[in-house]
Amino acid sequence: MSPPLLRLEGVHTHIGAYHILHGVDLDVPEGEVTMLLGRNGAGKTTTLRTVMGLWRASAGRVLLEQRPIQALPTPEIARADIAYVPENMGIFGALTVRENLLLAARRARSLDELDTARLEWLFGLFPALRKFWLYPAGKLSGGQKQMLAIARAMVEPRRLLLIDEPTKGLAPAIINKLIESLQEIKRGRDGMRATVLLVEQNFMVARALGDRVAVMDDGRVVHAGRMAELAGDEALQQRLLGLSLAAHQ
Amino acid sequence: MSAPIASDAVPKARFDLIPLLLIAAVALAALPLVGSATSWATLTLAGLAMGLIIFVIASGLTLVFGLMDVLNFGHGVFIALGAFVATTVMGAMGGFVASPSLGANLVAVGVAALTGMVAAAALGLVFERVLVRPVYGMHLKQILITMGGMIIGEELIKLVWGAQMIPLQPPESLRGALLLGDVAIEKFRLLAVAIGLVVFAALLWLLNRTKLGLLIRAGVQDREMVESLGYRIRRLFVAVFVAGSALAGLGGVLWGLYQQSVMPQIGAQVNTLLFIVIIIGGLGSTLGCFAGALLVGLMANYCGFIAPKAALFSNIGLMVAVLLWRPQGLYPVSQR
Repeated sequence: MSPPLLRLEGVHTHIGAYHILHGVDLDVPEGEVTMLLGRNGAGKTTTLRTVMGLWRASAGRVLLEQRPIQALPTPEIARADIAYVPENMGIFGALTVRENLLLAARRARSLDELDTARLEWLFGLFPALRKFWLYPAGKLSGGQKQMLAIARAMVEPRRLLLIDEPTKGLAPAIINKLIESLQEIKRGRDGMRATVLLVEQNFMVARALGDRVAVMDDGRVVHAGRMAELAGDEALQQRLLGLSLAAHQ
Repeated sequence: MSAPIASDAVPKARFDLIPLLLIAAVALAALPLVGSATSWATLTLAGLAMGLIIFVIASGLTLVFGLMDVLNFGHGVFIALGAFVATTVMGAMGGFVASPSLGANLVAVGVAALTGMVAAAALGLVFERVLVRPVYGMHLKQILITMGGMIIGEELIKLVWGAQMIPLQPPESLRGALLLGDVAIEKFRLLAVAIGLVVFAALLWLLNRTKLGLLIRAGVQDREMVESLGYRIRRLFVAVFVAGSALAGLGGVLWGLYQQSVMPQIGAQVNTLLFIVIIIGGLGSTLGCFAGALLVGLMANYCGFIAPKAALFSNIGLMVAVLLWRPQGLYPVSQR
C-alpha cells in the first residue's frame, strides 16, 4: 500500500497556554476526500492550521509525501502545492473577484498567464464568478464568497486542499450547489483533481463527499476509517458524534 | 486571455468620490472666509504643495501599518536624514544651485533627492532589522522602541551636522514667485506639487496595475491569507518599509526646501501631522492618505491665514470631524 499524501504523527499544538492538540495521528490518502468530523472545540480547525504552519506543532511530525513540513514557514508549505480555505474564507474583500483569483495564481503575473481551460472549468463550477468578475469580493454573498474561496484554491493545480467548514452559515440550497461543485472537484478531469482534507460539522455533507473519515475529540483522532462504514453504523455515529444519520434524513 | 465577462456581468462597483469632493468643498468654503481671491489662490497652492509633500512622506507609513500592523513612531528620522543629506549635497553642488539655468537647478534638486532617498532607504533597512523586527505584534513596544530610534537618530544627526538650524534655499531659478495676474505662485511649490503628483500616480500604478501592488493591497487586508497563498510577506514588508523610508527621505528634502531650513527635530515636528493624515485617510489606504494629506495641507494654510491662533488645533479638529463622520477614515481598508 502506498504511503498517504499527508500524514500527521503524534502532533501536539499549543496556543498560548492552551494545549489544543494532544497527539493527532491522521492519514490523508492521495486522490481521496478525507472528512474531519467532531464536536466544536475538538481540534479540527487547529489541525488544519497546524498543517499549514499557521500554528506551530509543539511536538510530532507532519509529513507530506513522507517529507517533514512541520518546521517550514507557511509560504513554503503553500508552495508544496497545499491550498487552504479557512473557516472565514480569507477573501480579500477590497479586491475584485478577478484580483483574488490572479493573486492565488502564483505562477501568473497577469490575467493573460492564467490557464484558460482551468478558468473556464471553474466558471462552469461557479458561474457567479464570471458574473461578478470585476466586482469587489467583499460585496458578494456568503455562498459566493465560499465559491470564490474554493475557486481560488483551485486556480492552479494543487496536490492537497485543506477546506475548513465550507457550508457553515450557508442556506440549504447553496449548500447543495456547493456539494455538487465539490463532488465535481472530487471526480475532476486530469489535472483538475485534488486530494482533499475537509472539516465539516454537517454529517449529511460529510457523507455526500467523503471517501474516508476521521473523527476528533478532545484534540485527538478517536476514529478513522471508510466513510461508508461510519454511514452504515448508527451505533458508531451515536457514540462518536452524538447523532445518527437516520435521525437527519 | 481577455476578461471573461458575461453579457449579464455586474458592472464594476462605483468609486467613492465623496472624500475627494470634500477637498474641493473645503477649498471653496474657505474662499469667502479668506476674502480675497488672490490670497485664496496663493493659500490653496501652498496648501496643496504642503499636502502633497506630507503625502509623499506618509504614504510609506500607512502601508507599513496596514501591511504589518507596525506603529512606526520613528518615521520622522528618515525625513530628517533626507533633509540633512540635501543640505550637504546642495552645498557641494553650489555651482548648479547658483546657476540661473533651470536645468542645472533641477539636476541639483534631483541629485539631492536621490541621495536623500538612498540614505533614508539604507537607514530604513537597518531600522527594520534592528528595531522593528524584534517587536512584531507588540504595539506598545513598537511605539517605545521606534520613538527611541528616532531620538537616537536625531542625536546622530546632531553629531554629523550639528544642533543648529541649517538654511536650505531652493536653487536660483526655483526661488521667488510667478505672477499670474495678481496671484503669486511660489515656483518651488509648483515643483513640489509636480513631484507629489508623480509619486501619487506611480504609487497608484504600482498598487493597481502590478502583481506586486496586488500583493501589497492583499497583505494590508489579511497577512495570514497572503502567506497561505505562498507569498513571503516578511520580504514584502521589508521592501515596503525600505521604499517607505526612501519616500520619507524624498519628503524630507522637499519639506526642507519648502521651509527653507532644516533642524534635527524636523522629523519629530512632522510626525504628529503624519499620524493625523493616515488616521483621517484610513489606516493602510494610499488613496485615503492622499485625500487626508491634501485636507491637512489646505486646512493648515487656510487656518493660518484666517485664524492663526486656531491653526494649532485645526488639524486635530479636522481629524475629529472626519472620524465622527467616517470612523474608519475616508477610504477604509475593508477587512474581508
